[in-house]
Amino acid sequence: MVESALKLERARYERSALVEWLTTVDHKKIGILYFWSSLAFLLIGGLLALLIRTQLIVPDNTFLGPQTYNEVFTMHGTIMIFLVVMPLNAAFFNFFVPLMIGARDVAFPRLNAFSYWAFLFGSLLLLSSFLFGAAPDGGWFGYANLTSSRLYSPGLNIDFWVMGLQVLGVATLASALNFFVTIVNMRAPGMSLMRMPVFVWMTLVTAVLILLAFPSLTVGLVMIMFDRYFGTNFFNPAAGGDPVIWQHLFWIFGHPEVYILILPPMGMISEILPTFSRKPLFGYTFVVFAGIVIAFLSFGVWAHHMFAVGLGPVPNAVFATTTMLIAIPTGVKIFNWLGTLWGGAIEMKTALLFAASFIAMFTIGGISGVMHASVPVDYWQTDSYFVVAHFHYVLFGGSLLAIMAAIYYWFPKMFGRMLDERLGKLHFWLTLIGFNLTFFPMHFLGVDGMPRRVFTYSADMGWDLWNLVASIGAYLLGASTLLLFVNMLTTLRKPADAPADPWDGRTLEWAIPSPPPAHNFDVVPVVRGRDAFWIEKYGAEEVVGPAPERHGAESGHNPHNPHNAGSGDEAGHGSSAGHGQSAHIHLPPPSWFPLTTAAGLTLMGAGMVVHATESLASLGFPIVGLGIAMVVVSLLGWTFEPIHEESHA
Amino acid sequence: MSDGTAVGHAPQAHHTTTGISHNKMLMWAFLASDCMFFGSLIWVYMVYRGRSLEGPYPQEILNIPYTSVSAAVLLLSSLAMVLALHGIQHGNMRRFRVWLGATAALGALFLGGQYFEFTEFYHHGLSLEQNLFGTTFFVLTGFHGTHVGIGIIWLVTLILMSLFGRLSPADAERVEIAGLYWHFVDIVWIVIFTLVYLIPY
Amino acid sequence: MTRGRLWKRSLVVALLSLLPVIASGCAVIGGSPQSVNRPAGDSMRKIWDLFVPIFWLSVLVFVLVTAILLFALWRFRRRPGEDRRPEQLHGNTRLEIAWTMVPAIILAIIAVPTLSLMFELDRDPGPDALTVRVIGHQWWWEFQYPEYNVVTANELHVVVDRPVRLEMDSEDVIHSFWIPRLAGKRDVIPGWNNVLSFTPEEVGTFPGQCAEFCGIQHANMKFQVIVQTQEEFDAWIRQQQQPAAEVPADPLAARGRELFLTPANACIGCHAVAGTDAKGQVGPNLTHVGSRGIIAGGVLENTPENLAQWLRNPQAVKPGNKMVLPRQLTDEEIEALVAYLMSLQ
Repeated sequence: MVESALKLERARYERSALVEWLTTVDHKKIGILYFWSSLAFLLIGGLLALLIRTQLIVPDNTFLGPQTYNEVFTMHGTIMIFLVVMPLNAAFFNFFVPLMIGARDVAFPRLNAFSYWAFLFGSLLLLSSFLFGAAPDGGWFGYANLTSSRLYSPGLNIDFWVMGLQVLGVATLASALNFFVTIVNMRAPGMSLMRMPVFVWMTLVTAVLILLAFPSLTVGLVMIMFDRYFGTNFFNPAAGGDPVIWQHLFWIFGHPEVYILILPPMGMISEILPTFSRKPLFGYTFVVFAGIVIAFLSFGVWAHHMFAVGLGPVPNAVFATTTMLIAIPTGVKIFNWLGTLWGGAIEMKTALLFAASFIAMFTIGGISGVMHASVPVDYWQTDSYFVVAHFHYVLFGGSLLAIMAAIYYWFPKMFGRMLDERLGKLHFWLTLIGFNLTFFPMHFLGVDGMPRRVFTYSADMGWDLWNLVASIGAYLLGASTLLLFVNMLTTLRKPADAPADPWDGRTLEWAIPSPPPAHNFDVVPVVRGRDAFWIEKYGAEEVVGPAPERHGAESGHNPHNPHNAGSGDEAGHGSSAGHGQSAHIHLPPPSWFPLTTAAGLTLMGAGMVVHATESLASLGFPIVGLGIAMVVVSLLGWTFEPIHEESHA
Repeated sequence: MSDGTAVGHAPQAHHTTTGISHNKMLMWAFLASDCMFFGSLIWVYMVYRGRSLEGPYPQEILNIPYTSVSAAVLLLSSLAMVLALHGIQHGNMRRFRVWLGATAALGALFLGGQYFEFTEFYHHGLSLEQNLFGTTFFVLTGFHGTHVGIGIIWLVTLILMSLFGRLSPADAERVEIAGLYWHFVDIVWIVIFTLVYLIPY
Repeated sequence: MTRGRLWKRSLVVALLSLLPVIASGCAVIGGSPQSVNRPAGDSMRKIWDLFVPIFWLSVLVFVLVTAILLFALWRFRRRPGEDRRPEQLHGNTRLEIAWTMVPAIILAIIAVPTLSLMFELDRDPGPDALTVRVIGHQWWWEFQYPEYNVVTANELHVVVDRPVRLEMDSEDVIHSFWIPRLAGKRDVIPGWNNVLSFTPEEVGTFPGQCAEFCGIQHANMKFQVIVQTQEEFDAWIRQQQQPAAEVPADPLAARGRELFLTPANACIGCHAVAGTDAKGQVGPNLTHVGSRGIIAGGVLENTPENLAQWLRNPQAVKPGNKMVLPRQLTDEEIEALVAYLMSLQ
């Protein structure tokens, strides 16, 4: 009797915990949702990579057929870019940007939840293609007219790809709008632009890139969709259409996209290196402006993906020049990171090892990128394994190594527990070795004339050795990634042990307990310079950055021991300002509407896929209609939802 | 979507770093993004301009006087929008409702005109599939029409809200934001009208 | 073991394990028939000569960055129990200017030869060049010699030291034409008339393949470039120009011809043999198929056994390819067809 009552109680409690996650509008919870979802997708994308490497481990292999192989490499690329690196960046934007600028949430908490659910549902729509044996098979950049004509891609494969990406695009745009407004508008008093942590800066730049680059992808995908569904001629050569138009639209999005993937990791590096060197970032202003210049130039380099198209020597010359120009600010960043380490007191934690290895590995990817900028050299290297090596050095050696660093760095703040350093270092070394073993030989394969995206090669091509080495490296890399998961899962079962400021941090997120309370800051902090928390801890010889209005702050030293963590600690932080009021902290109430809006949007995409089937085509548009109705009703509910805030004071 | 969000967080709007409310900032950022959206569509239209392999060709069926009238209707709606905003900013809710209603009605008239134009073209043999002109024309102007349609729904929602007492002069900024969107859509039409209709083929 | 020692030891292990990869890499690359570091045409030779100095500059940059990185990590490491806070140095404008200028100068050094070679590669080879029309089809290549009225598939015959001018178009989707040892890539795009020119400098057979993903059998869209002396080439052209229309003397081959030309068997719906009713334009022209070294888009060597295997079940050899037989051929029919096709010399 009592037991069943307990069970009932427990069930109710669990249901409410589930409901809490489904309806949350807390940026930290949404960040955690992004975190675990994209890590799960990392496992899927990694598994696909292992399938690729297993197929290529020996010549003339029959492990995967050509159709399966094409689906596998297409999904590997699409997943890693849209379902892993971007949302992992988003996980950190969500969790840390409000904390780093001293805000209690993002500007639009419900829009934030909507972004997450649309991302999740869009991802699931894309992945569900596997269940129907119709995974996308046109490559991650899906060149028209192979993808735009049902003559050349008759199945549902490309339909899943187009619809999945459209839903993901909406999610991404919504998120970018949110973070743009949040960073511009919600900074704590004293947090002038040039006092913002570089990670926040790079998030801002990334948001702008997304806002300006994604519409071009959206338009391109709309055109592919219309060509496939409604017989339009955008990319139909028979009617005078030109498939190269798709390449322009795609790469006008696609090159900024590369920086959307790499700028946030560069921001992470710019936080982690100073922390573990106990020195401020060297040349802060230059690093920030280098990021802005990179973002600006990234809109002027797209055709370097198209040197072999035959645009003519003059356009190629222009794009070669802009591409070389973009290497200069990138170099500036690398030298400034070295300058940060120089003269520091470097603590060899796992996070630092990953961050330092990023510099070296990203440099390899960067300089092979300069090789591609040399048009004649690119005539050889493009679409060969040399280019496969290049972008993995940028996106794994760059983005993912930095994200790994960020996981070790910020995990204690997110979950209140310290990851195991011993396991972490093992993970680091295995990753570094496995990564280089996998991708360095691909340069050799490029020299040996192996084209990318081939499901097989014959024994007389002389490509067996380096493919074998790369495959062994890939297994090692797979094993090392499992170590990360082992580390995280075992750590989560430990009792909470993370102090508020385990690394002697410099930015505001370390001023509050780990994990932070729902309202983040008891008192809104007042920022007195760059590296705001460091200044609060140790005082600043000179306050760095332009000194704006003082808010009547008594700017004396406010020393307290950084390792003496506790929730009472940070209350004193900023209290001298007399600015914040701790009495009435209003948190937005949870809401179902973000989830239902996202579900309706995804239903619209799913309906379009159903419409392309043979047997169920007549159900397609009704499902789309249902999706639209769901979106409209949800938005109305969203609009008229009571906005009375719960008081958590 | 933006309208839905706009409503929910108005109370926070007063304390922002820049002094511009979140909602207005969101709308400006969205419009910048939408510029790229229309920019891409217009770019493709211009690339394919005059490259149709078979008719009907634009010079055969575009009716410039007719579309000039509907363009004027849309321009007038922007004027009505300004007056509506002026109304609510000065606490005159009746004037606000009348002019916002006029804005929506003029927008609807424009859409009706577009519907009539589309059917007319269709009877002349121009369809999405027919040639590059049909493909690019219908998709470009269709997406613009969709923007107008969403705008009308938004304006009507605002009118209904004011009728049910959920919109007061204190919320004038919501109307201002809807106005930003409306004027943007209007400006896009001026660009489309110039490039698609006015420049001789 | 202290943390510092662990770190040092693992670093050494890591570097040592990478060294053999890199060292042996330099020794074991270049062994492929598609290795670009053994150019056999002027175009690839110039590209490779441009690449080599860029490569050494890159190595220099990487070594410099990594050396500074490793030295800084070692020199400024915090020892266990050490709790110092270094000087809070924020930057140095002079250094910033220096490391903005240095990459800019390096890039300018790369840009000059890059741009000049790019314009050079694009130059028209002049009226003496051998012009060949290249048509990309999903998973095989068609080569037309308008000068000689010759059409062939998957084998491009050219003359050593005579410039070649390839005019390229696609029948279906985008492909990319690549003979690694002779020239760079050029995309083959429906509706575009792209041109690729180069001069082969070595007699021999050079494999190439499609480099732009073009569907299920992209990996098997291969071809060969056969660089010949002028005499060899002339002989080949003469042979290709002969009609192959007569009924062969061999009764088996004659039976094969009959089978081939029977409309119900569908062969002539796609294939052409000059001088017969076979005028299909979808698949490769088979007028002189017996003289070719490879078939099926370079998947198989052209031997009677392989041809028989192909005819028995083309979808098993190259899944997804466009050759669909209306019915399963009998062994006897296959034997006859092989005899006929091999007779088309």
